[in-house]
Amino acid sequence: MPPPLITARSLVKRFGDLVAVDGIDVDVQPGEAFGFLGPNGAGKTSTMRMIGCVSPVSSGRLEIFGLDPAHEGRAIRSRIGVVPQLDQLDQELTVMENLVIYARYFDIPRAVAQSRAVELLDFVQLADRADDKVDPLSGGQKRRVSIARSLISEPELLLLDEPTTGLDPQARHLLWDRLHQLKERGATLVLTTHYMDEAEQLCDRLVVMDGGRIVAEGSPRALITEYATREVLEMRFGRGRNEERVDDVLGVGERVEVLPDRLLVYVADGESALAELHARSVIPESALVRRSSLEDVFLRLTGRTLVD
Amino acid sequence: MSTPAPLRVAYRDLALYRGFWKANFVAAFIQPMLYLLGIGLGVGELVDNGPDSAELLGGVSYFGFYSSALLATTAMFTSSQEALWPTMDGFQWSNAYRAMVSTPIEPRDVATGLTIYYAVRATVGAIGVAVVLALFGDTRSWGLIPAVPGAVLTGLAFAVPIAAWTSTRTTGDSFPAILRFGVLPMFLFSGAFYPIKQLPDWLEPVAWLTPLWHGVELCRGLVLGGLTSVELVGHIAALSGFVIVGWAICTITFRRRLQP
Ligand SMILES: Nc1ncnc2c1ncn2[C@@H]1O[C@H](COP(=O)(O)OP(=O)(O)O)[C@@H](O)[C@H]1O
Ligand SMILES: [Mg+2]
Repeated sequence: MPPPLITARSLVKRFGDLVAVDGIDVDVQPGEAFGFLGPNGAGKTSTMRMIGCVSPVSSGRLEIFGLDPAHEGRAIRSRIGVVPQLDQLDQELTVMENLVIYARYFDIPRAVAQSRAVELLDFVQLADRADDKVDPLSGGQKRRVSIARSLISEPELLLLDEPTTGLDPQARHLLWDRLHQLKERGATLVLTTHYMDEAEQLCDRLVVMDGGRIVAEGSPRALITEYATREVLEMRFGRGRNEERVDDVLGVGERVEVLPDRLLVYVADGESALAELHARSVIPESALVRRSSLEDVFLRLTGRTLVD
Repeated sequence: MSTPAPLRVAYRDLALYRGFWKANFVAAFIQPMLYLLGIGLGVGELVDNGPDSAELLGGVSYFGFYSSALLATTAMFTSSQEALWPTMDGFQWSNAYRAMVSTPIEPRDVATGLTIYYAVRATVGAIGVAVVLALFGDTRSWGLIPAVPGAVLTGLAFAVPIAAWTSTRTTGDSFPAILRFGVLPMFLFSGAFYPIKQLPDWLEPVAWLTPLWHGVELCRGLVLGGLTSVELVGHIAALSGFVIVGWAICTITFRRRLQP
């Protein structure tokens, strides 16, 4: 196996008394799509900023490309592309200017920057907006400008902090599609998300973070197999009445989770579990059977939902 | 050939400036013209006819006395403002400086690049004033040429330390107060309108400590003559001191802000 692109050991980030990242161990291999999945405040951005060499490590060890961010930040950053959680675009400049000026920060000659920008805008399907200002673009379009901009230096590693948060489903799917293409070309992607479907879509491997710690690690499939059943039966008995029905549904599945608005029964075969409950005259207001997801993994590990 | 990192920073700020430089250039002429006509000529008429005026102003007309200071005061106003809201934009609103430091640019390069940008902006303003001053006999002198960099240095003595402050803020709430209680009093008490000898004795040394007094004396001396070499070096050193100390503080505050 080639040496990892990123190695973190007992990595800690403190802000005063607050411990944002509480001793995590991570290895990211070249060509991998690696995810940090976790709710708001889990420490994902703090981790990404340390990897991006824009936030000093409080303690522990971190190496990127085998280099130490404390001493070789500039060299590491020249090989990384960053899509920050909030777009950092110059709203008053055109899309093209944003890309070319950003390329100048890497000391890429203007002519090279321009030809790369044309290609990249084509890649993110914004070629027709090259000479428009950024300001009037939609959220999804701005996000794609950010992605194109992060690629202008032909980075060996791309860091994406919540690439699709706040976007509508159509814009998310377009972005996912572009990121898939990057993956196919062999790019190494590290991304954070609090959407389990995004993690399932994009990540070869991921860690689940909560409260600054890693609570589980593996491929999306492996995590689901380990921490959840094949299917989930979701039932609603009406607000406030879910809790009191727990006893009635116990036994039909491996595990029951109670949420304010519904009960989740973890079971291999959801339909037959539902049929059995009907036979016992346990009739919910509504019921649905779905495949289990990373959301269920997270719920199992932390007792909380990812997006509340 | 690689471009020094600070120039790459200035390049972005100047790209934004390109969007409005024409309006800014015109304003660079009109504003000093209004001040000159309003105060220089109007007040000058009163003062020059006063009994001790020649002695108090060192033998120059009030118009010459006041207008030469305008090089420094204009630089102070425009540079100070530039270091407030427009600079805040890069730290807080557009986050352009945050974007820069995720590339090979270091916070220190942002501080230097911003200083270069302020210098370019101040040069445009100072040339505007100098061209206007060249239109009037009292201030038409070769000294206007070295007075332009003198005015730029004065501008930087404000902009750079103020930028250090701006980089520690998350809102612009304190900015009007800086202009009202920091910059404006200097305008009134640092020898632009009258020699600071006219101030109460205890206030005179306070004026020496302000960058504006050094800027006014430097620009006035260069335009009207009569600056000893000790004074020349002293004023330049004092103004450079503000710039250098301001820059050193910027390198620390920018790093704290951009790479927490
Ligand atoms: N610059 C900072 N100063 C102080 N606290 C911070 C800073 N950045 C993040 N934090 C805190 O660190 C914790 C983790 O935040 P963050 O890494 O942004 O989590 P996530 O990206 O997973 O939502 C939060 O409690 C947040 O308030
Ligand atoms: Mg975050």
